[in-house]
Amino acid sequence: MKARVYVTLKPSVFDPQGHVVAEALVTLGYQDVKDVRQGKFFEVELADADPATAKARVTEMADKLLANPVIESYRVEVLQ
Amino acid sequence: MKFSVVVFPGSNSDYDAFYAASRVVGEQAELVWHKDTDLKGADAVILPGGFAHGDYLRTGAIARFSPIMAAVKSFADRGGPVLGICNGFQVLLEAGLLPGAMVRNDRIKFVSKIVPVRVEQTDTPFTAACASKQVLNLPIAHGEGNYYAPPDQLDAIEKNRQVIFRYTDPAGEVGADWNPNGSLNSIAGICNRQRNVVGLMPHPERASELALGSADGRVVLASVVKALAEGALRHA
Repeated sequence: MKARVYVTLKPSVFDPQGHVVAEALVTLGYQDVKDVRQGKFFEVELADADPATAKARVTEMADKLLANPVIESYRVEVLQ
Repeated sequence: MKFSVVVFPGSNSDYDAFYAASRVVGEQAELVWHKDTDLKGADAVILPGGFAHGDYLRTGAIARFSPIMAAVKSFADRGGPVLGICNGFQVLLEAGLLPGAMVRNDRIKFVSKIVPVRVEQTDTPFTAACASKQVLNLPIAHGEGNYYAPPDQLDAIEKNRQVIFRYTDPAGEVGADWNPNGSLNSIAGICNRQRNVVGLMPHPERASELALGSADGRVVLASVVKALAEGALRHA
């Protein structure tokens, strides 16, 4: 089974990369772009387990390694 | 005394630190592989600059799990002096031995130049031989040196005098124009609550002889020699 983890900088942390991407989009003519926040996406392949257990496991992984809780938040999705 | 310099796969300032400790400061030094589990009788530990484990995931994020880090943590817990330089600072942040985190430089540039850095506190093993508010010219070379801590944590760090180095102008005045990476409060280096673990983005070991453009960094490693000789530190 698979799980997806989305990691993003917390709203209070300035995202220099996202800011540059937003500026580039405006330069390309997308004047309606107000801001971009860049993050990370992980697809984790796991041994089969019940979804609740899998979600708990992957959440633990995100907390320990995939995200740095000082600056980042994360969201975990388990795919059936 | 003896310095142990930890070598991670991707460290690139390990020999610089080894050279500065042994040839410039004139003490014993040994390189310790990250898969080792003991620090070879170190009196002080240096986590050097570089790109440990390729900086994959986040700077320092994988290095934190290297086997040697358990020994570094217990050495630090016993009060042993630990210095993290550049990538070594990032490893100490990820390992939770120092508070806060690094984000990408605010101007998205890898910055490599010599900058003025003011010594804020002299009661750490790595600043014991410095004068208060002394300005050191030290090279920086990093893409992720933009220091961040949540507001309450930043307040605590300032209140506890844990800011050890700050980016300033050559006269020692803080200013936005002299902050090379966007670090909060122009922070270039900090220590832990116990003051024995210090991390900084500038490279004192690369500024230890005049031939390198500045010898100002020598005092950082010389400080720990002085601190140990004075018995200011209790560990082992």
